Amino acid sequence: MTEQSETLIELGEIVAGKMPDAVRKFDVKVGELTIFAERDQIVALIDFLKRDQMCMFEMMIDICGVDYPERSQRFEVVYHFLSMRLNQRVRVKISTDEDTPVPSIVDLHRGADWFEREAFDMYGIVFSGHPDMRRILTDYGFEGHPLRKDFPLTGFTEVRYDDLEKRIVHEPVQLTQEYRNFDFLSPWEGMASHIPGDEKATTEEEGA
Amino acid sequence: MADDMKSVPEEDRTFTLNFGPQHPAAHGVLRMVMDLDGELVDRIDCHIGLLHRGTEKLLEYKTYLQGLPYFDRLHYSAPMNQEHAWCLAIEKLVGVEVPRRGSFIRVLYSELGRILEHLLNIGTFILDVGALTPITWAFEEREKLMGFYERASGSRLHAAYFRPGGVHQDLPQDLIDDIMTWCEEFPGILNTLENLITENRIFKQRNVDIGVVDEKTIMQYGFTGPMVRGSGLAWDLRRSQPYEIYSEIPSSVFPVIIGKNGDNYDRYVVRMEEMLVSCDIMKWCIENMPKGPVLAEGTKVSPPRRAEMKNSMEALIHHFKLYTEGFHVPEGEVYAAVEAPAGEFGVYLVSDGSNRPHRVKLRAPSFAHLQAMDHMCRGHQLADTSAILGSLDIVFGEVDR
Repeated sequence: MTEQSETLIELGEIVAGKMPDAVRKFDVKVGELTIFAERDQIVALIDFLKRDQMCMFEMMIDICGVDYPERSQRFEVVYHFLSMRLNQRVRVKISTDEDTPVPSIVDLHRGADWFEREAFDMYGIVFSGHPDMRRILTDYGFEGHPLRKDFPLTGFTEVRYDDLEKRIVHEPVQLTQEYRNFDFLSPWEGMASHIPGDEKATTEEEGA
Repeated sequence: MADDMKSVPEEDRTFTLNFGPQHPAAHGVLRMVMDLDGELVDRIDCHIGLLHRGTEKLLEYKTYLQGLPYFDRLHYSAPMNQEHAWCLAIEKLVGVEVPRRGSFIRVLYSELGRILEHLLNIGTFILDVGALTPITWAFEEREKLMGFYERASGSRLHAAYFRPGGVHQDLPQDLIDDIMTWCEEFPGILNTLENLITENRIFKQRNVDIGVVDEKTIMQYGFTGPMVRGSGLAWDLRRSQPYEIYSEIPSSVFPVIIGKNGDNYDRYVVRMEEMLVSCDIMKWCIENMPKGPVLAEGTKVSPPRRAEMKNSMEALIHHFKLYTEGFHVPEGEVYAAVEAPAGEFGVYLVSDGSNRPHRVKLRAPSFAHLQAMDHMCRGHQLADTSAILGSLDIVFGEVDR
C-alpha cells in the first residue's frame, strides 16, 4: 500500500513538474492521486495526461459535478481517468461557478460527451466547445438542476394524468406530510463548531 | 405520393425513424431517433433518462445503510455486484477489514450475479436476432439462481445482502451444497445452448463482423468489461486491480477470457466462456471457504448479534443507533470500482464526515457503452442496430440511475 502511494506521489510530482501552469497542487489519500487543476488549463493538462509516456491516461472513466454551496466557486468538476497500459488511476479536479463555462474535453475523449451533458443537466455547469449541450437524464422541458444542494429532494412539480383534460398536467408538489430531515449532530462525536440552535442564544442576549 | 418521391433527389432521400421507447428490442426504455439512408444508418440520437429516478440525489438524503438497497435497483439483473462497489467504497474510507469467510461469500455471489446477468444478456440478445427458444432455457437457470439469492438474503431480486464490513448473514451448509450441485450441472445446460447457437448459420450471419470495436474506440469511449475483452485486450479488474480474494484464485481456475475480432459474435463467445469461468470460481470458493465470521464484528458499521443484545446494554444502544442514525464515515473522497458483469461499475463517494454522503456518483458501464451506439452503428443496416444493442449489454436501471 505504501509502495503504491509512493509511485502515486512520484507520478503527481512528474505531472506538477511538467505542467506547472495547470497544476495547483496534488495529494495522495486512501491510495488515490488527486490533482487540483486550473480551470482554463484543463484541456492542456488532460491532453498531457493522455499522451505522456509516464501517464498514458487514455481512458476517461467518469466526469461529474460536486456542489459546495458555501464556496464562492460552488461547483467542482471531477474527472477520473484510467491507464490500462500502466494500470493506474488519477482524479483531476477543477472548480467553477454557475456562470463560468468549463472547457470541454470532447475533442480528446469522445466519451466525455454524455458525461458533460449529465453534469450540465444535474448542476448547470456549462462546458464551452461542447458540440451538443442538451439535457440528458431529466424529462423533456424540465427546468432547474436537480443535484444542486438547494434543489429540494421532492422537486417543485409533480405530474399526473388529468382524466377530464385528457392530458398530463404538471402541478406544484403537495406533501401531505412534510419531508422529515433529522439532525444527528451529536456533541459526543465529531462536533461541529456551530450547533443548530446556537443562533437563538445570541439573538436572545442581544434582545436582553 | 409518387410525385413527391420523384421531386426529392435520389441522394437526399433520408428517413427519420423513431425507435422505442416501447420496443421489445430496446432492452428497457431507450428511445433512438435514427436518420436512415435507405436501410443504412446515418446517425443515431439516443434519448435516455426515461427511467431516471434520481438515485444519486436520494443517496444524499439517506444514511449509508439506507442507501444500500438503491444499488439493487441499478443493474437489476445482477443486484449484488452493484452493492459490492458501494460497500467497497465505504470500507475504503472507514478502513474496515472484511473477514475471510465474508470475502469468499461475496466473491461467490458476485460470480453468481455475473452468470445471472450474462444469461439474461445472451438470452435476450439471441431473441433480438431471431431465436425464440434459448431465452426460456436461460431464464430457467436464472430462476434457480434467484432461488439462491432468496435463500441467502430473503429476497429474489433486491437482496441488500452485501453490507459494509461483509455480508448480512452466514450461508447455511445445505444452501452451499445446493449451489455446488448447480455448478456441476450448469456446464451441461450451457452446452445445449451452445450446440444450438454458437455454430448456427443464421446467428453467425447476423453477428460476425457486425459492430466491430477496435482499440481506439475502446479508449475514446471508455469501454470496459466484455466489450474490451471481446476485442482481445486482457483487461479485467478482478485480475488487474484485484479486490476481495480474487488475487488468490489460481489462473487455472480463473483465466481472463479474450476474443479476437471485437465483433458481436466475439462478445457473445466471451460471455459464454465467462459463465463457465464464473462457475469454476464459484466451485473454487465453495471448496476453499473457511469457517468464521461473515461480518466485521465489533465495529461501528456492523450490528451486534441478537444474542449479545439480550445481555449487553451497550450492544442494544449500538443496534438502535446504527439503524436510526447510522454510522459516520470519515471526511474524504474515494473511488471504488468492481468488475460488474457489464464492465467497470464505479462509485465515487464524497463524505463530509456525517452519517450521510455529501455526493455519490455512480459510474455505470452501460452509460459509456450506450453512448457509442451512434459511432458503432454508422453505416450498418437498420437490422444490425438491434443486434449491436443486444451485444452492448444495456440495462436501463444503471444508464438512467
